Amino acid sequence: MFRRSFLLVLAALLAVAVFAAGCGKSKPAAGPEPAGETAKETYKIGAVVDISGPAASLGEPERDTLEMLEEELNAKGGIDGHPIDLIILDNKSNETEAVLAAKRLIEQEKVLAVIGCSQSSTSLAMVDTVTKSKVPMISMAASAKIVTPVEERQWVFKTAQSDIIVANKIARYLVKKGLKNVAFLSVNNAFGDSGLQNFEAAASENGINIILKEKFEATDTDMTAQLAKVKASKAQATVVWAIPPAASIVTKNFRDLGINMPLVHTHGIGNKKFLELAGDAANGVVAPLGKLLVAEQLPDSDPQKQVLLDYINDYQQKYNARPSTFGGHAHDAFNLVVRAIEQAGPDRAKIRDALEQITGYAGISGVFNLSPEDHNGLGEDSMVLVEIKEGKWQLLEL
Amino acid sequence: MGTESQYLQYLLTGLTSGSIYALIALALVVTFNITGIFNLAIGEFVTIGALTAVSLREIGCPNLPAYLLAVMLAGCTGALMERTTIHPARRASILTLIIITIGVSIALRGAALLIWRTHPYTLPPFVDAAPLHFLGAVIVPQSLFVLALAVTAVGLLFAFFDFTYTGKAVRAAMLNQTAARLVGINPNRLSLFAFTFSGIIAALAGIFITPITTATYDMGFMLGLKGFVAAILGGVTNATGAIVGGVLLGIIEAFAAGTLSSGLKDAIAMVVMIVVLLTRPAGILGSPKNGG
Amino acid sequence: MLAAIGTIVCLPLVVNNAYLLSILIVIGLYAIIAQGLGILMGFAGQVSFGQAAFYGLGAYTAAILATRYGWPPLLCLFVAPFVPTLAALVIGRPILRLREHYLVLATLGFGILVFALFKEFTGFTGGPSGLGGIPYLRIGSLVLDGDREYFYLVWTILGLTLLGMANLTNSPVGRVFRAIHTSERAAEAVGIDAAALKLQAFALSAFLAGLAGGLYSFWVTFISPAPFGFTTSVEFVLMVVVGGLGTLWGPVLGAAIIVGLDKLLQWAVPLVLPGAGGEFEIIFFGIIFVLIMLFRPKGILVPGTLRVLTGEAAGGKKCCA
Repeated sequence: MFRRSFLLVLAALLAVAVFAAGCGKSKPAAGPEPAGETAKETYKIGAVVDISGPAASLGEPERDTLEMLEEELNAKGGIDGHPIDLIILDNKSNETEAVLAAKRLIEQEKVLAVIGCSQSSTSLAMVDTVTKSKVPMISMAASAKIVTPVEERQWVFKTAQSDIIVANKIARYLVKKGLKNVAFLSVNNAFGDSGLQNFEAAASENGINIILKEKFEATDTDMTAQLAKVKASKAQATVVWAIPPAASIVTKNFRDLGINMPLVHTHGIGNKKFLELAGDAANGVVAPLGKLLVAEQLPDSDPQKQVLLDYINDYQQKYNARPSTFGGHAHDAFNLVVRAIEQAGPDRAKIRDALEQITGYAGISGVFNLSPEDHNGLGEDSMVLVEIKEGKWQLLEL
Repeated sequence: MGTESQYLQYLLTGLTSGSIYALIALALVVTFNITGIFNLAIGEFVTIGALTAVSLREIGCPNLPAYLLAVMLAGCTGALMERTTIHPARRASILTLIIITIGVSIALRGAALLIWRTHPYTLPPFVDAAPLHFLGAVIVPQSLFVLALAVTAVGLLFAFFDFTYTGKAVRAAMLNQTAARLVGINPNRLSLFAFTFSGIIAALAGIFITPITTATYDMGFMLGLKGFVAAILGGVTNATGAIVGGVLLGIIEAFAAGTLSSGLKDAIAMVVMIVVLLTRPAGILGSPKNGG
Repeated sequence: MLAAIGTIVCLPLVVNNAYLLSILIVIGLYAIIAQGLGILMGFAGQVSFGQAAFYGLGAYTAAILATRYGWPPLLCLFVAPFVPTLAALVIGRPILRLREHYLVLATLGFGILVFALFKEFTGFTGGPSGLGGIPYLRIGSLVLDGDREYFYLVWTILGLTLLGMANLTNSPVGRVFRAIHTSERAAEAVGIDAAALKLQAFALSAFLAGLAGGLYSFWVTFISPAPFGFTTSVEFVLMVVVGGLGTLWGPVLGAAIIVGLDKLLQWAVPLVLPGAGGEFEIIFFGIIFVLIMLFRPKGILVPGTLRVLTGEAAGGKKCCA
């Protein structure tokens, strides 16, 4: 019995081995081999996206955008005639899965670069793997820790605006309106936590007092307890750092309690679901957002306007919906990789170098100016202040 | 807002979320008392009820028929679940059966993700009225509906168990399955009834709470968990316990968030729960025979 | 037996693939935790839905000692399991008095409590944003930064754990556990201190989970609260039940199945349903899982307790009369 049990376990493990080895025998890869192969060899790009699990609302539009862009690129003949094969894996919003997915893409599929992940935590989990294997990685997540300190992040880049940009924009708006005492509510996860830290920094730099800090869980259904404290406090404005549905619930609760002060959100609400869920409560909310949501209202001189309108148009045609800013991060990551491969060919190290040289690229998230010191390349001009009026996004100021 | 209004607000907030937990706890308690199984997939029935109602409305179905259809669908799903996964395994251990419900919840959640994606959805409140003010604290009318549903459900259950033949048969089976069989009561039918009925309650809960909480494909997970906590806190032996447990959990959370630390509110609720379990192992309204 | 060990030892030499080795490392880590839970559930008969908390306590202890206090990683790994063990001893005595679903809830509550603490004490744990920069393990001059070395480390520890478990179940202590599992009252009637033994089982499960946690920290070098939540605790219980309660190899098989099934579906689903996303994998996972439990409700492996008792175990040990 003992032996039989053990054999069963061994069989299971061997089965895993056979399957995993088997799936490695896929199409021939264009790895870091010397030049001289046939010109029509497929280029493989990997993507690890949080498609299911708690971050699915970020990962889904990213996955949809990536698939759309892969199709478009291949229809145009690929990169210099090389078709591309974009392999997208779901990490289930889970760090261990993210690491495994990265390894699978790097070892089995031998991709040239890895796009991923949707969240800061899953992205950070992959950093060690891509650094050891020397594969360029472009994250779609916000935390500045993903790309700094740059000496330890030689192989890592990101396309989402850093939270400090958002925090600064909010802080400056508050100062302009003379609102010095604020209450700060954040969601109790990495997104909210990063927001808290960055807003604390921005606040102290701009002379703002955070007189109240409260948290709520992403899955909470009622935040009136925390808001009761806000109402009782001497705050002049409230800042909320969360994404829908929690962000919408907070907004509704805020209005239900009749709290009479300006309500400021972040780029986390940048999709129309927030408006749908919050309904009338959303009117009057101000937030710094990527330009995607107000693309039509931008002046024609804006370098991003055309790119934004094209993206909106293509996405609308394919998916019958307006794209979100998260999809925009994926759009930029894909295009940066493609540009780098165009520049450097199928060589991982050269692609990494090429990425550092990209400047003036007008993407969805902003105009990218990458460099060896800055692996994000976005500045404060990548976001605009938007106010919600009558259920629509209105550009407030650039 | 003065401190008294604040405390009153915490109470009302607790009542709102508490009645949500109470409904789910009720569904769990009904199933447990009839079959001895904790249906850990109950949260998914909340999701099915809520999201089906949303979809039906989106294709133009008017509110009431949409809600009724959604509830019926959830009931059928419950019945299907019982027939395909619980009934064949009826001789297995309770732990195995509970684990089977976990497997079903995983499958249902995947299906919900497939059908409804990750988007949050909402339903309109039953009445289009402004929030109600009591001495500086606020409660939305929809919360009162949720509470009313919970109380009505308990009332109906009592009426059912005390005044109908089937109800009495169920109670008999709960007390002594063998004796019940001897007088001709069929435990298999009861199991089917339990799962169908709890599916219906859960779906109703989903429809009632969505105007407050919004609905997403994974709403069931957290709600199911809190419902489970509430059920045991209240003492799983009776329906009133479920309500008490739910409301108590909601109030503890609200006060913890308001007076102590909003980041630690879940932790504090758990500490209180563990203390209750250690001092009153049968839960608050539970009978000692189910305790330590 | 030797053939078995030989296979495991040679595996990384044949399979020169970091991805596959990583899967096996994850299986190994989970198997260690599942072993501990298996002793608690299978032999002592107590269900715990809070093992992920011990896993996390071990991981965070190791990570914090290594990063914030600069202790040598190997020392951190040795110390790490003792924190969850201590926690288990403290809360174990009171809550193990609870029965059945009340115990389930208490362990579940403990898990949620610890998870919330991981998120809250940002100064220590880095909060939800996580704790990075964890150094690699060093044994003498050997730096364990490759998946092959780590595979050996984890599976050696797993092997030692299995050896320990086998000895335990063959020993008088093991028989006492089984006695408690069968009937606690009867066991107490013959003078066995059931409470103390249950506590020891609980502490042992916490120790093993903490050890796996420390190993995890030094492998991924970045941790956050996310892997240590309730969902993971549930997965551990699933592993033990699917593998077969009360068996030695059950938890290992269970870990292999839960992790392997997941990866298998990741590979298979896009083949059968092209363009299908992760949603189908989730659905199939749930369905397959239910099917396994329907057809093998006691788990896949069945306890060979009779054989072990009469001394036919592979080790050839004769059990004392």
